[in-house]
Amino acid sequence: MESDLKHIFEQHPNKQREDTIPILHHVQDEFGYLSEEHIVAVSKHLNISVNKVYGVATFYDNFKFHPKGKFHIKLCNGTGCHVTGAWILLNELEKQLNIKAGETDKEGLFSLEEVPCLGACGLAPLIEINGEFHSNVSLQDISSILDKLKGKH
Amino acid sequence: MSIKETQNIRDFLIENVLLKNSRRKLAPDSQRKLEYIRHGYVDKPLIYVGMNTCGKIAGAEKTFDKIAKYLKANSLDIELIKGGCSGLCSVEPLVDIQLPNRNRISFGHITYDKVQPLLDDVLKEKLPDGFAIGQYKSKSNRRWKNIPYIEDLPFFANQQKNITKMCGVIDPVSVTEYIANGGYKSFINTINQKTPSQVCSIIYQSQLQGRGGGEFPTGKKWSIALSTPSEQTYLVCNAVESDPGSYMNRHIIESMPHKLIEAVLIAAYATKATKAFIFIRKEFDLSIKRLKQALKEAYDFGLIGHNIFDSGVNINIVIKEGARAFVCGEETALNNSIEGKRAMPYTKPPYPAQRGLWNKPTVVNNVETLINVPLIMKNGADWYKKTGTKSSKGTKLFTLSGKTNNYGTFEVSMGTTFRDILNNISNGLKSNQDFKAIILGINSGNYITKEVLDKKVDFEELKTIGSTLGSGAFVVVDQNTCMVALASYFSRFFKNESCGKCIPCREGTEQLFEMFQLATTKFENQDTYKPNEIYKGIEQIIELSKVMKDTSLCELGKSAPNAFLYTIHHFKSEFESHIYERNCPANVCNID
Repeated sequence: MESDLKHIFEQHPNKQREDTIPILHHVQDEFGYLSEEHIVAVSKHLNISVNKVYGVATFYDNFKFHPKGKFHIKLCNGTGCHVTGAWILLNELEKQLNIKAGETDKEGLFSLEEVPCLGACGLAPLIEINGEFHSNVSLQDISSILDKLKGKH
Repeated sequence: MSIKETQNIRDFLIENVLLKNSRRKLAPDSQRKLEYIRHGYVDKPLIYVGMNTCGKIAGAEKTFDKIAKYLKANSLDIELIKGGCSGLCSVEPLVDIQLPNRNRISFGHITYDKVQPLLDDVLKEKLPDGFAIGQYKSKSNRRWKNIPYIEDLPFFANQQKNITKMCGVIDPVSVTEYIANGGYKSFINTINQKTPSQVCSIIYQSQLQGRGGGEFPTGKKWSIALSTPSEQTYLVCNAVESDPGSYMNRHIIESMPHKLIEAVLIAAYATKATKAFIFIRKEFDLSIKRLKQALKEAYDFGLIGHNIFDSGVNINIVIKEGARAFVCGEETALNNSIEGKRAMPYTKPPYPAQRGLWNKPTVVNNVETLINVPLIMKNGADWYKKTGTKSSKGTKLFTLSGKTNNYGTFEVSMGTTFRDILNNISNGLKSNQDFKAIILGINSGNYITKEVLDKKVDFEELKTIGSTLGSGAFVVVDQNTCMVALASYFSRFFKNESCGKCIPCREGTEQLFEMFQLATTKFENQDTYKPNEIYKGIEQIIELSKVMKDTSLCELGKSAPNAFLYTIHHFKSEFESHIYERNCPANVCNID
């Protein structure tokens, strides 16, 4: 594992505690999530105990500990989207996908994430799937959006 | 542009803008060259596409590609620029076109399918019907007939654009365009003419207060750091912006990253900080990209780094990417995060300005606070104090969202009433629904209801109704919004974001959340539902809220019960019908 991360560590040669978050970001950008082995390798590189690195990683919402699905669904749940019904969509997505926000389904097809304001409040409620935006989404749209994605699979 | 030309422009700008004596008049040909760099005058058509996050979501990337293809297919020599956003995000994708000798003109809702008809006409100096939203005023160019000026549109006419003037107008990352518009001049003048303590006292006299929620006098904070003896001082720009309803900091950084860099430089000089951090959220990928690009351009220009413009001043700026935690808005938590630890706050005093990052004096300022600084240094404290009210000076930025017709980012002078904003800037409510309340950020306190709409945007005046200006969210809700569901959403947010260090916040947010769950979810077995018990619980939670307010370590815990308390205060009947009648008056919660 350490050899997998070697090129990342080379870019953070200082080995200071302040590098923990940048390195974790870097690892996650490349692998999509942080595995147990990643955390252990980072702790060895920085010469900081594993529980300190793991403690930092689990504290922040950005870090994920399992791979994303093939289709990563981001639901904007900013206040503006909430008042236009984003939370109803969230309940529906959780029901239909049978996962909670922040999880990935068993098949690895869908993962669901709640994000704060994306910045297009007039198009609310807003869903982003693998970089593509769906605006003014209604409860009825959810099934057709998901069916289409399942069809692509 | 060739290297030689770039070098020429650089030397020209240094001589005629940055180091120019303000009393010396520019020669006419230099003036013309300056106009040319700032795009006030063009010799070939120029097209800007608004490419901020708001534009991208609305489809600006497709529009941009389509325009590029159009220009290539027709072999047209036209400059195409990725621009920022003027604040009116509801007309995105926005395309601005400037023809030689004509005023720059803005076109709204230009999705990719409209590119062809738009360009076909405009490049022949004709206007297609219904596309144009306004034109920019200029002295030397001819105006378009029957098209209003941008500044006269109701959304803009009621604003006081002091700090966001250049948003959406200039090429965000171009250092030359920024300097040609007067940028970095404040910084160069400051380091050449003022001592750090003079800068601190000018900022103190201007009565600039922190815009991140703390409302602390900025000049005072700087003086404390400056007077604390230490071999190293740090400056931190807080660009975490984690309120789920606001994005004006992101808007500023995306639209004019150089302005933030200039502000950070002045603040670092004033506090004798040789290292400055811009702590920004990882998800703001476009902001980070533009900021990095702008930093590089400024470095190459010699505006950052070692011995800036031979003044002996050394300042380095480092971008730190945060990892999403609402509590990072608290300065002590933010410092911990930069040090690579969990973002947990610690007790104050000592304040970070005395002992912060790695136990060294550290000034933490919000983006919006800092953005005011170059302007104050340019025009003086007295000029700055002219805008605003007796107790609050300057302007305030807000992010407008919710059930309104317009949405985006706007800047008003302190003292503007909420009614004015609602009627003019937000242009009323969607589908003419009845107004219910304005929510100023998730932790601001009281709601702005119908009864207090005539209150002003003012720190002191809002205190009288138990509110603060908050983070700058401005969410408007109508009669079809369930306030209990909204408060429930807030309680869930706080439960997730409580860092867990102090007990009142950790346990209190959990209790609040559970209470709201009972009120807003359906009971499968109605026999187990005991409304009186729930109501009794609510009475107890009112007591608990007071404990949270009194004893929580940081503002997160102190403000967490606000939504609950004010919902009970203003919308008690909604609460009661949820609990006793199992009915949601706004027809949002499915509980009966």
